[in-house]
Amino acid sequence: MSALIDIDNLSVSYQIGSSLFGARQKIEVLSDISLQIKKGQFFGLVGESGSGKSTLGKALLQAAPISGGRITSHITDTPLEVASLKGQALKDYRKSAQMIFQDPYSSLNPRMTIRDIIAEPLEVMGLAQSREETDQKVREIARQCRLNLEHLRRFPHAFSGGQRQRIAIARALVSEPELIIADESVAALDVSTQADILNLLKSIQSSKGLTFFFISHDLSVVAHVCDVVAVMYLGQIVEIAPKKSLFAMPRHPYTKALLASVPSLDLDQKLEPNLIEGEIPSVAAPPEGCRIHTRCPHATALCISTPPMMQQDEAGHSVACHHWATLPA
Amino acid sequence: MPLLSVKDLTIYFNTDEGQITAVEDVSFDVRRGEILGIVGESGSGKSVSTKSLMMLNGRNSQISPESRLILETDDGPVDIASLSHVKDLRLVRGHSISMIFQEPMASFAPAVKIGKQMVEQLLIHTDLDKTTAKARSIEILSRVGIPDPELRFNQFSFELSGGMRQRAMIAMALSTRPKLLIADEPTTALDVTIQAQVLALIKDLVAEFDMSVILITHDLGVIAQTADRVAVMYLGRIVEQGTTRDVITSPQHPYTQGLINSRPSLDHFEDPLTPLSGDLPSPLERPQGCVFHTRCAHAIKGLCDTQKPPVIGVAGQDPTDEDAHNTSCHLLSPSASEQVLVS
Repeated sequence: MSALIDIDNLSVSYQIGSSLFGARQKIEVLSDISLQIKKGQFFGLVGESGSGKSTLGKALLQAAPISGGRITSHITDTPLEVASLKGQALKDYRKSAQMIFQDPYSSLNPRMTIRDIIAEPLEVMGLAQSREETDQKVREIARQCRLNLEHLRRFPHAFSGGQRQRIAIARALVSEPELIIADESVAALDVSTQADILNLLKSIQSSKGLTFFFISHDLSVVAHVCDVVAVMYLGQIVEIAPKKSLFAMPRHPYTKALLASVPSLDLDQKLEPNLIEGEIPSVAAPPEGCRIHTRCPHATALCISTPPMMQQDEAGHSVACHHWATLPA
Repeated sequence: MPLLSVKDLTIYFNTDEGQITAVEDVSFDVRRGEILGIVGESGSGKSVSTKSLMMLNGRNSQISPESRLILETDDGPVDIASLSHVKDLRLVRGHSISMIFQEPMASFAPAVKIGKQMVEQLLIHTDLDKTTAKARSIEILSRVGIPDPELRFNQFSFELSGGMRQRAMIAMALSTRPKLLIADEPTTALDVTIQAQVLALIKDLVAEFDMSVILITHDLGVIAQTADRVAVMYLGRIVEQGTTRDVITSPQHPYTQGLINSRPSLDHFEDPLTPLSGDLPSPLERPQGCVFHTRCAHAIKGLCDTQKPPVIGVAGQDPTDEDAHNTSCHLLSPSASEQVLVS
């Protein structure tokens, strides 16, 4: 598989507060992120709240202030540097990279019909020449997202959460993008509908050869749909691996703690709340050295002083931990 | 004698679009020292039925006259449904029963210090004076694992992280030493690592405070890891009830089976997910007969869509037994299987 998006040493910083004299304070919410999303991949990104996973999704669309490093898109034949895109070039790029949000109740305009919601990207981006063509494209995509075509004239309030999320998916797909960024797209749904939407996303991915960047806090969801998974903590990536390898043989103590905290239906499972201690620190003052050292029971003097490098093996399993090889499994 | 016995609870809401049945014929017991889990999806009535235990459902709600909510108190059994005066309800609210909610940010008053809110309710519900109330509050803040409790006592809720806020909420709920704690999705807004900490805390406190807990959640995994018994709700009815082991290892009702099969799990992540077919019906178009028949693959025409299924004991158990595994499904009732054979 060839690369669709290359992220190299990416940093994102927000400026906060304001001072009449002197510089404003800068908060670096993502630091030194490097990863590659391959064409046709279902790439998963997991992490706790405050880890910066949504910011990374936004940065892919140049919707977050990129302060260092680069994002290179290979969607078009000539590679594009996403951070420097402006004007028409940026608009063209965003046609090919679309987003699906978490809450289908607030992401759909209540005063627009379903037909108009799905047609809006076509009109804004000038992708249809006539009303007939727009209608035809809307009906085609609505059918693929298993929406009832007779419902296109209704308004969002008439639909349940799962149906609304299908509408949001149809809207994202109608401009025929190459990359879909799905930010917690099933988090607001009940389990029985969540399974339906996940199956829909998977079938769309395989039938259209799309690439998904799937952001979620839910490890079991990611385990079901993704091919490759990256784990984030406090603005950095601590582990990236193919799904099977990550869930069967996690290497980073943080990944292990996350997996051990997920309540399963196995009644003899013992939840282990103490593999990782306390809570995530503020991103405004991240710890020195390895950022997880304040919560990691295996932390040593080395972890407190020196940030670990990402170490990758031949199978593509990368981990950023000084001691992973010697930790108990 | 169970601590709480709910019998035939039915709750209506009067809305502009008409009367909605939110809870129908719900019966369950909560025994002393147990954690009863109530699991269901949105609209299942899990929150509404437990809010009725504190009469918190609002003015447009109506409890049917047959409903009985019998709570054992120090002065004997009380039917909560018959309490109408605020003064009588005070014996229940915050005294015998405390409640914690999903979003702790919304449950604390934002402009009043945490300590003041804790002391205030102790002054209302107990005989403690201000100094001892403060001491008890700080002691319990420290018990739920809040570092530096004296400092936190003088802070506002926005100064705490999500996990700490939920711990403070639990501390506040427990400071009056309630007999029953209702926890409504207490960990849904928390990250998994923090969720594991809070669930472990709740389990420890049950034994230590000799109380019972009703744990409401949409996540069967949370039930499996914490509850002793579980009731599964769908559209206002309990469709299955029993010990957590019985219900999770041998689910009988098609809805419970559907919930388990559609749930993504780390143990079987290579298996495909099987969603329940169809969408949740609107509460205004509540299905006749068995409420689940519109989404049930095994529904029998002429039976499931017309007659309400009876409560039956699984594998010949007496459904009134303490630990009985019960379900409400025509397919599992002996008389219905005969009807199927006939048709």
